[in-house]
Order: sequence, then C-alpha cells, then structure tokens
Amino acid sequence: MAVVGVLALQGSFNEHIAALRKIGVKGIEIRKPEQLRDVTSLIIPGGESTTMAKLAELHNLFPALREFVKMGRPVWGTCAGLIFLANKATGQKTGGQQLVGGLDCTVHRNFFGSQIQSFEAELPVPELASKEGGPETFRGIFIRAPAILEVGPEVQVLADFPVPSKRLLGSDPSLEDQKENDEEESKVIVAVRQGNTLGTAFHPELTADTRWHSYFLKMGNEITEAASRSCVPVEVSVCHKQPPQNDLPIFQ
Amino acid sequence: MDEDATVGVCNFTFPRMPVQSRVNASRMCTSLISSRTHMPRGGAIFEVSRILDAKIAEKAGACAIVLSQSICFCNSRMIDPSLIAKFKAAVSIPIIARVRVGHVVEAETLQAVGVDFIDESEILGTADKENHINKGDFTCPFICGSTNLGEALERIKEGAAMIRTQGIESISGDIATTVQNVRSVMEDIKLLHNMSEEERLEFSGEIGVPSELAAQTGRMGRLPVVHFAAGGIVTPADAAFMMILGCDGVFVGPEMFDWPDPYKRARGIVEAVNRYNDPNAVVVAMSGLN
Repeated sequence: MAVVGVLALQGSFNEHIAALRKIGVKGIEIRKPEQLRDVTSLIIPGGESTTMAKLAELHNLFPALREFVKMGRPVWGTCAGLIFLANKATGQKTGGQQLVGGLDCTVHRNFFGSQIQSFEAELPVPELASKEGGPETFRGIFIRAPAILEVGPEVQVLADFPVPSKRLLGSDPSLEDQKENDEEESKVIVAVRQGNTLGTAFHPELTADTRWHSYFLKMGNEITEAASRSCVPVEVSVCHKQPPQNDLPIFQ
Repeated sequence: MDEDATVGVCNFTFPRMPVQSRVNASRMCTSLISSRTHMPRGGAIFEVSRILDAKIAEKAGACAIVLSQSICFCNSRMIDPSLIAKFKAAVSIPIIARVRVGHVVEAETLQAVGVDFIDESEILGTADKENHINKGDFTCPFICGSTNLGEALERIKEGAAMIRTQGIESISGDIATTVQNVRSVMEDIKLLHNMSEEERLEFSGEIGVPSELAAQTGRMGRLPVVHFAAGGIVTPADAAFMMILGCDGVFVGPEMFDWPDPYKRARGIVEAVNRYNDPNAVVVAMSGLN
C-alpha cells in the first residue's frame, strides 16, 4: 500500500487523508522533519498559509521540506500549499512568509479576494482528463485562493482561469510590462506541474472527485528506486486516548 | 451579482436583492460556504480590539481574528464598519466580526463590508429573543455559539457553518464551564454514534433536535461542521486540553493580550493546538510565559 505524507500543521490535512483513503492509500500526518524520511511523497494542504509557515519555522521544517523537493520526490501543494511551493510570492502584508520553493512561478496570495469572493468554477482540465479519464472539466473550489501570475519555461500549465485584465494589472505593479491588454480578459494560472511538483490554487480535497489525488499518486509511482525503498513504520507518539478523527462532510 | 454558465460567484453587494434571488443563490453556495470553514481547522482564533494585537496574532500564527471594539459601552453591538477596513489593511488572515443574535441587518452590513465570517454572538448580545438569523439566506459563513449538542444542531439547522461551544467569557481564565460544555457535547455525540438509526430518531425527539442532523452526527461520530471551543482559554495547556477533548480548534479571548509577552503566549497557543498530543511540545509552549 502506498504511503503519502500530509503536512499536518493546520488546515485541511484530514480532508486530504480522507480523499487518499477513498482511493486506497494511507496518509500519514507529518509534523516533524524526521517524519519526512518515512514517506515517498508529500501533500501540503490548504489552510492559513501564515499559520502553517509559522509552525513550519518553529519546527525547523523548511530545510527538510526543501531537501524533499530538491530530491525530486513528488510534492503537491493545494492553495496555501501552492504558496509554500512557489519560488516567489506577492500580495503579502507583514513582510512575507518563508517559502519552500520548487515551482518556478510567481504566486499572488488571496488573488481573488477575501472569503466572500470565494467561488466554485468548472475548470477545463485536458491533461487531467486525458490521464485520469472522467469529465473534461473539474469543479474547482477556490477559497481566498492564490493565483499564479507567471511561470517559468519548464512549468506545465494544467488549468487556468479567466479574469478581467485590469484585475491582473492591479495585483502586481511589477507585471505591468507583461500585460496582455489586447483583449478585455486575461488569464491566471490555477494548476501547474514542474517535474514531480504539483500545485493547485483550488481544493480538490473538498470535493468527491479524486482524480487529482490519483494523478498525484501516479507521479509518485513514476519514481523507481526511491519508491521501493519506503515503508519504514512511522513512530506514533500518542499519549492520550483520543476521540476518533472523523471527517467533516464534503460535497459532490 | 455576476453569474454566468461556468462560474458561480457568490458575491452580494448592497442595495438589498429581492428575497427569492437571495435564497436561490444561497442554495447554490451552501456546499461552498461549508467548505470555507474547513480552512481554520486545527488553528487558533484570537479576539482583538487593536491593530497592534491583530498583527501580533497574525505573526504568531493565528488562523483568523475576531474583532471587538475596545470602548466598553460599544461592546454590545456590531463593530463600527469603518474599523473593519483598517484591520483588513493591517493583516491578511481571515477576519471575523460579531453580530447580535437575530440581528439580520447587522449581518447584512457585515456581509456587504466583506468580512470572512460572521459570528452570531450571544456574548455580544441578543437583538431578537425569539429567532436566530436564518443563516441560509447569506453567502457569508456563520459561526454560532452553543452550550450543548441540542443547541449546536439547532444552529446548524439554521445554517451555521461552524460551532463555538461556549464557556464563560471572563478575564479570570475559568475554563471549567467550557470543559463541561465540550464534554457534554462530545458525550452526547458518542451516545448517538453508538445508537441504531431508530434509537437516534428517538434520542433526537427527546433532546429536541432535527432528526436528520442527529442521524448524520451519529453516523459520523462528530458534529457535521467545524467545532471550536471558547471561554477562558488563555494558556497553551488550555488550548491543548480542548483539542484532546476533540475540538477542531480554539477561540482565545482578548485578555490574552494583557499578559506579558502576548506574542510568545499566542505562539504557544498556536503550537499547542497543533502538537496537543506531544507533552514535550506543550512544555516548550508553556515555558517562560509569566
């Protein structure tokens, strides 16, 4: 059985573990750097990116996370996780947060606005549909979502989203030279892949469609020797009898 | 409101729309509204009345802030909307503002201003003794307080997307009532979980809660929405205690910022919510706070 790590600092890690369970995969909660040795791929969930960054900093997780990405192990960041994986982030208030990096792109935090500007959209996902089957679109849930403003040459764009041009201009003055203001509409990128690093600005873990999780797992299986070396039992430090961690309902 | 074939944008602005179109839009958005409240899960939310405290909370790793107004006589109604913009400019984490129980217009005002969550707060005050707000009419997610499972499920039936099990709000740091109420909710959930469907139906009748919600709660073994604890929580150990009891996170009162080194305390609370199961982590979080 494949074992995937899910960074469990805050946010939707339980939802990712539940989605993995649906496709027959065990998810391990990762809180300490040494736990990364025991998994061959990692999901960085959605949540509050400043909270996650603070806790990652406190526990000295950044060096281990960067190493994990550098080794070419599959990593997938959703929403706040995408921000973590970007090489550059804009739209931050308090002097920024530490990033793990690995995706050659510039991400804008909360691009679409506050909670009330959260939305759902049917995203055309040709690459996902060709690899995983199913509908040509995917129902993306965007919650205070980031957006990718520009990508490097080695980054594959898996989904994008139309926005009014002036919205794009307003978001980052440094991008004014790169605007496409021939048309009224521009696009921002909301799903990318670079090698074994995957990033989505939306939350597949909050819908019942598990195609992104299967797609990510196949990325994991594309590694040869590294994958077969895994399956060291993870030490579990449970000191109290806990109530069962049951999942919140997600919706179709 | 913008709507086209491919994008459902839940975005209301004043002036007020006719009731029917509001209701249609809210049905469309229900799953989205609930989804949004998954994001604070595993976090600590701090009540603040000053911009400085908001920044401290954000820096310490708060997953959201609740706004209150520091002037005492104003503390029993919705915050001045013009202050919300100042907090939004200061921090990038989600902002929660409170309305009095049943005060529909305070809620519509906050939704128009664009807060991330609205807390229909019995602590703030009550504007309608008979009715809570019909939260299904809104696109902004609501947090509601309760002291037992019956109340929690009633609020969820009205459309609450997050539950705050509430103890006593005071600066004394007395969490006994909070613990009592959380335990009561968790024990009733456990009872429901171990019942058959017929027994759940009977139980829901006895405690006066909607049967379908009781059934869902029983099957899942937890509340069907994110569940935080509130009331007297000011130390990392208090926060860890709530997590061990089974909560998804904690609210921390503004008295926290009156203690020495509020940043360190806030950071300790954030850490304890995450590593509640590791006594060594809680030791570190608790050390050097006084």
